[in-house]
Amino acid sequence: MSVAAIETEALRKVFGDHVAVKGLTLQVSQGEVFGFLGPNGAGKTTSMKMLLGLVAPTSGRASLLGTPIGDRTTLARIGFLPEHFRFQDWMTASEFLMLHGELLGMEMQALKKRRDDLLERVGLTPFRNKQLRTFSKGMLQRIGLAQALLNHPALVFLDEPTSGLDPVGRRLVRDVVHELRNEGTCVFLNSHLLSEIEVTCDRVAFIRHGEVVRVLELATLNGNQSVVTIRASGLTSELVTQLEHWGHDIDFAGEQLTLTVHHEDSIPEINRFLVEQGVNVFAISPSRISLEDIFIETVGKDGGL
Amino acid sequence: MNKIWILARMTFHEAIRRRIVLTGLVLGILFLIIFSVGFHMISREVANDGENRPVLMARVMQNEMSSFMLNAGLYAVAFLSVAMGALLSADALAGEISSGTIQTVLTKPIRRSDVVLGKWLGFAGLLALYLLLMAGGAVLIVFVLSGYIPQSILKALLLMYLESLLVMTFALMCSSAMPGLATGGTVFGLYGLAFIGGWIEQIGAIFNNHTAVQVGIVTSLLFPTEAIWRRAAFEMQTSVATILQMSPFTTISVPSVVMVVYALFYLLGTLAIAVWVFQNRDI
Repeated sequence: MSVAAIETEALRKVFGDHVAVKGLTLQVSQGEVFGFLGPNGAGKTTSMKMLLGLVAPTSGRASLLGTPIGDRTTLARIGFLPEHFRFQDWMTASEFLMLHGELLGMEMQALKKRRDDLLERVGLTPFRNKQLRTFSKGMLQRIGLAQALLNHPALVFLDEPTSGLDPVGRRLVRDVVHELRNEGTCVFLNSHLLSEIEVTCDRVAFIRHGEVVRVLELATLNGNQSVVTIRASGLTSELVTQLEHWGHDIDFAGEQLTLTVHHEDSIPEINRFLVEQGVNVFAISPSRISLEDIFIETVGKDGGL
Repeated sequence: MNKIWILARMTFHEAIRRRIVLTGLVLGILFLIIFSVGFHMISREVANDGENRPVLMARVMQNEMSSFMLNAGLYAVAFLSVAMGALLSADALAGEISSGTIQTVLTKPIRRSDVVLGKWLGFAGLLALYLLLMAGGAVLIVFVLSGYIPQSILKALLLMYLESLLVMTFALMCSSAMPGLATGGTVFGLYGLAFIGGWIEQIGAIFNNHTAVQVGIVTSLLFPTEAIWRRAAFEMQTSVATILQMSPFTTISVPSVVMVVYALFYLLGTLAIAVWVFQNRDI
């Protein structure tokens, strides 16, 4: 078995008397696209900063690509796009990439080629000699993303890569993440844009008060699961029990019944069954379970405040 | 070492891009023009006055006047390079931490000390250029217009460089722990303290007041800038001035070589603390 891309055990950070991260225990495999979800202030950025060596953990252990955090040589194999996209704005796009490539210790010829390829990939070739201070937020996101990919990293950290961006910028991030997955790169995505996470991630962890409260495989979510609400008269508890054939999590009160079905194809079958049993069905309405539903259910309506 | 060099180059590059170098250059040239005009005019007056005096006397007066003017000019240069050093580094680390630009740099395979040392090296290079232009220019103007060149001028320039490095390094140390504005306040506050302490020491020396001299020495230990400047001025002053103690730029209580060595250790110490603090803080 290959080493995990990220492994943490009871990672904890306390600032004064404020517990930013309570105890993070997490495992992310190589090649996986992993979403890190949680309300604002749940400790997502602090967790990421601990993994990257910017913030020292109060206690706990963590390793990246098999080496303990804080190991400098490992950072040569890692890419990072910080939130807010604040960069050395007096540099041109091209100079910015060259500086970061040099800091990575890249060989000059290879670096120049990589710089040109990445500028092209993020669509900034026409702006390569413009200073970053003239860039819009979307352009800064692009150059920041290019910077994070300079070294063909094995593991990429993206901290809120799409917040405040237009759909074109969001699309670029999504496409780049797909390309990275195809190349076998592990992506650790910190976001609260759930629709983005839903289409890009293999797995997500929900964190609240600096603790993982749930880890979810998104493949199960995309398997057509639905919550079906049925309004009917003449339902008996015996009938309700028989519905377990098609679904689970059955909730029955008076004329209203909800259940979760594995597949939307079951809905006409349920309808037929109920009608054959002499039930008067007034309405059957399915609704797909979204990541948002699970998010609210997991972290609570108060957003974990 | 390679990474330190990359970051030093970046620091230098940033100063050029942000027009810090240009501003310094324009103001520096303006300063030198005013200085040369003033020096030329005073020099002419002294020469006219000397026509009625014995030749040797006129020579001595001309020499003393040149020495006095150059010391006054270099005092201004020393202050400007101290201000330059403080302004360059006061917000260097603090600013990049608060804006977040430091994050993509620190997550590269480099040491945190590389960042501090790289910045330090970049600023040290800028200060050297600045001082070479300003002090070198002033010395050259005086030499061309009057033929006067102070003894031990190289030693004096090196001491002035040490003074600006002290302030720059101290500001960098503060900047690794606190915001730029707080750093600026602290540095100029200490500079002012050392300045006053220096004068108390000077005046105390005139009246042979031992306590006043001690006060000066203690402030010098706290912040050795003024002491280093006085040593530099002492290196440049003429033997006549030393005997007569006749101008505010004449050094009476001369800081010893031990003070210079202390200042060098002070410099290394502040740099080491800057590295240590930056290494152990959260970003």
